[in-house]
Amino acid sequence: MTDQTASAVDLVAEEASSPLPAARGPWVTALRKLRSDRAAMAALLLFVVIVGLCMLAPLYATYVAKTDPFRSNLTGKIMVDGKRVPVMESSTEGLGLGFTPMGPTWDFRAYFLGADGQGRDVAARLLYGGRNSLWIAGVSTVICLGMAALVGLVAGFFGGAIDWVLSRLLDVLWAFPVYLLAISLSIVLISHGIDIGPISINSGSLSLPIFIIGIIYVPYVARPIRGQVLALKESEFVLAAIGLGVPSHRILFRDILPNVMATLIVFVPLMMAINMLTESALSFLSIGVQPPDASWGTIIQDGQEQLYTRPMVALAPGIAIVITVLALNILGDGVRDALDPRSKLRIRSA
Amino acid sequence: MLGAIVKRLGQMLFVMVGISVLVFLIFFATPGADPASRIAGRNASPETLAAVRKDFGFDRPLPVQYALMMERLFITQDLTSFVNRGWKVVPAVIDVAPVTLSLVVGGAVLWVIGGVIIGLVAAATRGSVLDRTLMMLGLIGVSMPVYWLGEVMNLITQSRFHDSWFFAWVPPLGYKPLTSDPVGWFLTLVIPWITLATLYMGLYGRVLRANLVEAGQEDYIRTARAKGLSETRILVRHALRTSLITIVTLFGLDFGALVGGAALLTEVVFGLQGIGKLTYDALRSLDLPVIMATVMYASFFVVVANAAVDLVYVVLDPRIRTA
Repeated sequence: MTDQTASAVDLVAEEASSPLPAARGPWVTALRKLRSDRAAMAALLLFVVIVGLCMLAPLYATYVAKTDPFRSNLTGKIMVDGKRVPVMESSTEGLGLGFTPMGPTWDFRAYFLGADGQGRDVAARLLYGGRNSLWIAGVSTVICLGMAALVGLVAGFFGGAIDWVLSRLLDVLWAFPVYLLAISLSIVLISHGIDIGPISINSGSLSLPIFIIGIIYVPYVARPIRGQVLALKESEFVLAAIGLGVPSHRILFRDILPNVMATLIVFVPLMMAINMLTESALSFLSIGVQPPDASWGTIIQDGQEQLYTRPMVALAPGIAIVITVLALNILGDGVRDALDPRSKLRIRSA
Repeated sequence: MLGAIVKRLGQMLFVMVGISVLVFLIFFATPGADPASRIAGRNASPETLAAVRKDFGFDRPLPVQYALMMERLFITQDLTSFVNRGWKVVPAVIDVAPVTLSLVVGGAVLWVIGGVIIGLVAAATRGSVLDRTLMMLGLIGVSMPVYWLGEVMNLITQSRFHDSWFFAWVPPLGYKPLTSDPVGWFLTLVIPWITLATLYMGLYGRVLRANLVEAGQEDYIRTARAKGLSETRILVRHALRTSLITIVTLFGLDFGALVGGAALLTEVVFGLQGIGKLTYDALRSLDLPVIMATVMYASFFVVVANAAVDLVYVVLDPRIRTA
């Protein structure tokens, strides 16, 4: 049954996109289209490079910069151009009582991007922070899409009371400004942690921002999925499956899920970009990643105090966010162009 | 028709009640979150805690607490803050609303005009270098964290280039009321407006271009072309009209959310005491009455904006009118 369905889908995609008689599946077609998209491939490469660099953070900190980016270093001195320079210079402004962290040395071996307010190496922190930012964005995307797929499939397929309850719940979440919801959840959870029966998560854990960011965007993905499932439910192959007495769970997973898969995949890079921005905003408000852990958002917040004296502390992580999110968005555009279900529909109707 | 309006109003009410229950539960029923201990302080004795609980009514059942709070918020309007006792929350919200409204309305004017121009120019010059540049700039705008852009703006206009003639006019951060100092109001808000508008301008420009290009393949555009209309007229009078439906949807949701407090990052960075900042401060101190008031205020705007979007649909799309 499902094989017939799949081949019918293939046939449509085949007729629509390729004059060649050779049989290629829609996924292969999409992948080829994506691979020929130079901008998307460059963005993917850039993203992989960024992930790779952040993975190498411990190596950089230990062997190249030789610092511990999580310990304050207010009295340290380092060698720059053969001279010993204090990491924290005496302040030349105001009463001359405070200290100003050193600026960028532009030398990979020490304080490439300067020091932050606690004398820590910004470049090393940037790499460590990137690990957390990327990890949170990635895992929360998986959670978001998984939950959205579940809610959308169940609501759309079973309809009736289940659909009513789920849809109303989505309506409420939808009307709740995302950032306010995220902040509300963060403040309560981060000040207390979670302690429900066997599950105990302490308040500094990365799981909290991951969980919070993972659920707040569920309505944005679940709604389109539900709509698609409603349409698929009326399609001939699903009606035929119902008529043949195929059990519901089998129809859901074998007939409907593969058809909404394209939509889910299109959402992956785009959601990851949005999640990354959300994480950085929460961390900037100091209710995301908690110290001593760092993320790009927390480093921007660290740099706020020295914004006018040592702007690099806040500038560098922001630039890292822009580049990463931009790469994800360009990749997302490419994936959408390659998989867009709408363009397929349009060609079919023509 | 009347039935549809009643149904719609019922939906709006349902969503608002849902949000208030959700907020109430987040702050009162989350395991481990005890508002009394927050009010009493870190090392409060059990007696103090019990007194606080009784005083604020936390010892009563949750539904009763919820109903009392709603009554004091909407009917008697004398709900007071948990943190600053005696501080009435309804006037507090009304006091800061003009700040947010000034920020968001100005930003919205900028981003709608900018977004439509970007979308139209890019669609008209489809495939050209100009089109690609505009789309890339739009994507960069969408990819920037708004608070970071605000900081960069501050760095440029308040510090690094403040002494140059170009940014010497930028006043220090803060808000000046429109009624008492209209020039100061305008000058302090220019940079925040630009910051807030950058993201949405990019987003709207990109969405509009995509819709215009898609509309270009429709039958009615072919008909318009066959009639011999000029390309500009087709783009602006025929294609733009249907494409605006998506823009209106986006605008309704974004505007409602921003007026309701979603602009808080911009407000925080530019030191504007608006709804977002008020909500954020209340959230930080777990000042539930203020949180409740600001969130209800926010959801009101979101819900009203949604309803307004549905109305505008009818005006823009003749197909819905007849249905």
